[in-house]
Amino acid sequence: MTMETFLGLYNYWIVIFLMMTGFYIVIARGNLIKTIIGLNIFQTSVFLLYITMGKVTGGIAPIVSESDGHGAENHDAGHEHDAVNSAAEHAFNGSGAFESGAETATESGEFESGIETGVDSWVQTVGYDEPIADGVAGHANDAISEVVYSNPLPSVLMLTAIVVGIATTALALALVVRIREEYGTIEEDEILEMDRNS
Amino acid sequence: MIEQHLPILLIALPLLAAPLIVLLGGRRRAYILALTVCWCVFGIAVAVMSRVLGTGPISYELGGWPSPYGIVYVVDYLSAFVMLFVSGIGAIVLTYAPASINREIPLSKHYLFCATYLLCLTGLLGMCITGDLFNVFVFLEISSLSSYALISLGKTRRAPMAALQYLILGTIGATFFLIGIGLLYQMTGTLNMADIASRLESVDGSKTKLVAFAFMTVGLCVKMAVFPLHTWLPNAYTYAPSVVTCFIAATATKVSVYAFIRLVFGIFTPHFAFEEMPLGDALMIFSLVGIFVASTAAIYQTNIKRLLAWSSVAQLGYMLLGISMANVGGLSAGIVHMFNHALIKGGLFMVVGCFVLQIGSVKLEDLRGAGKTMPLTSFAWVIGGLGLIGIPMTAGFVSKWLLLTSAVGAGLWPVGIFMLLSSLLAVVYVWRVVEILYFSEPSKLAEKATEAPIQMLIPMYVVIGATIVFGCWTEFSIGIAHEAAVSLVGSVTSGGTP
Repeated sequence: MTMETFLGLYNYWIVIFLMMTGFYIVIARGNLIKTIIGLNIFQTSVFLLYITMGKVTGGIAPIVSESDGHGAENHDAGHEHDAVNSAAEHAFNGSGAFESGAETATESGEFESGIETGVDSWVQTVGYDEPIADGVAGHANDAISEVVYSNPLPSVLMLTAIVVGIATTALALALVVRIREEYGTIEEDEILEMDRNS
Repeated sequence: MIEQHLPILLIALPLLAAPLIVLLGGRRRAYILALTVCWCVFGIAVAVMSRVLGTGPISYELGGWPSPYGIVYVVDYLSAFVMLFVSGIGAIVLTYAPASINREIPLSKHYLFCATYLLCLTGLLGMCITGDLFNVFVFLEISSLSSYALISLGKTRRAPMAALQYLILGTIGATFFLIGIGLLYQMTGTLNMADIASRLESVDGSKTKLVAFAFMTVGLCVKMAVFPLHTWLPNAYTYAPSVVTCFIAATATKVSVYAFIRLVFGIFTPHFAFEEMPLGDALMIFSLVGIFVASTAAIYQTNIKRLLAWSSVAQLGYMLLGISMANVGGLSAGIVHMFNHALIKGGLFMVVGCFVLQIGSVKLEDLRGAGKTMPLTSFAWVIGGLGLIGIPMTAGFVSKWLLLTSAVGAGLWPVGIFMLLSSLLAVVYVWRVVEILYFSEPSKLAEKATEAPIQMLIPMYVVIGATIVFGCWTEFSIGIAHEAAVSLVGSVTSGGTP
């Protein structure tokens, strides 16, 4: 593993560090409140794991159109021009890129075709796991690849997990309150000692 | 019209009823509403089961969103079967409950008990029905959180401590499961189980897959209380109110076993789990060791609830033993044992609930001679105990026989011998209680005791009777378990059904 990949994965190192810290606290600490804090750190590390994987360099919002990603062809050029973002415009401006890819473009339709391919590349980058469209829209890709896209799904999942975590913490604290009322202590050793003697 | 929406009603009904009960309040009202909902849910589960038997698996798209994008609920043989007995046990236990909870749970908390009970049921059913992996986690947490709360309702001061210990281990298990889901999502970009299964095929030899598998297996093993990770179970079962123990002992670990089966056979495929990974050997060793250690521990208990709790750990070993064989025979034996053990353990804990109500103690020495003053309850223990040992004509025999034949069929003679030896241990701990009940001088408490009220005896005998019925009439349980096992093991080539 080179230094670069090591540093590139720094988010994951933090995740593992937090995870092990939390886990260690849960195992090693006898104080019930500290155990719950450890449990919280442990859960938080998972939130970070999900959020990290939600960041996609060069990703784009997954807009699925009905005709399998080529729906934009039905629109007129002017409309497309509005819809396409600056990246696609960039592709159009870099007219040199057309030569290789836009074989089907007629003379009159060259402008339109350029936009279309731009749109296609835009649509084809639907979802980060699709290969980035090559060829014509290379410039567009350059622009897109600089964008760090945040996949909303992991964030939404983590909102749910945070709620679960809060519920768990609240319940655990409520139990600790009851334990304190019954035993007068929140040290696990002392509680077990009292149980043995009773 | 409504028939199409039965799968979602199964979840929505108890989920909506729970907050409604809290809002309404009132002890009687809450109980009647909860009971009605439980029986309705059981009725829906029966209807869904009959539809699955008639027309094959049902797939329900939530909100009409098509399957890989939206959340889908899938009811096939296995999930319909598990939901059927979970909702059945849920309804019967709640019918049995009033007298017992009057004694064991403060009156002011009854409506909260009813609401939490329904939430727990929702979570368990949701884990069975959903075809979305993250949904499994959410439902797992719903059922777990409500079961922690239910356990902490116990009267002794040890109940909150037992609940907290379960909470800590359970949360670690669930978080492990969540990490696994995250890694799977990272590899496949989807949460739909069937979709993950089909995409995972192309990810071979990846370390991420291995790590995800390890995290999810360990996480579920905590929830299943597989032998070395079972430490939360004896205390939780012992100190929870009797009714809660009946319900949780009969359903919660079984549903985790169900989720495990889905994970191994539906998502990771048996080829990966059993051939590339040594899951089969590992499970077999842990379950055999677990059966022996837990059965031996059960023999030395002086508390009847703790005795049954240890026996639960042992019985869970038999289910995993079936799964570890990874063939149709073993898997269907494991599935049938889930069902049979749910009935047997549910019934036996109901017997204990009657003893607690009438004698007021769970110590074996206080139960001495209860056979004379509580003949019907004691007799139910004998029948349930025979089922636990696996005497012919009881449900326990059916699954153990299936397990034995498939072990021998697979050439695993030592496993067969171990199983027979371990059944002898079960004879010892069941007989110990029988001897105390029938052949000892009555203790002071047992002498004064009277027979349990009829409202408790009837549900108890329904469950205990069911162990005899399903011991003799095996077509239903074995038939469905076989269908389920065939579709799971046979799904190796097709990439798995959700």
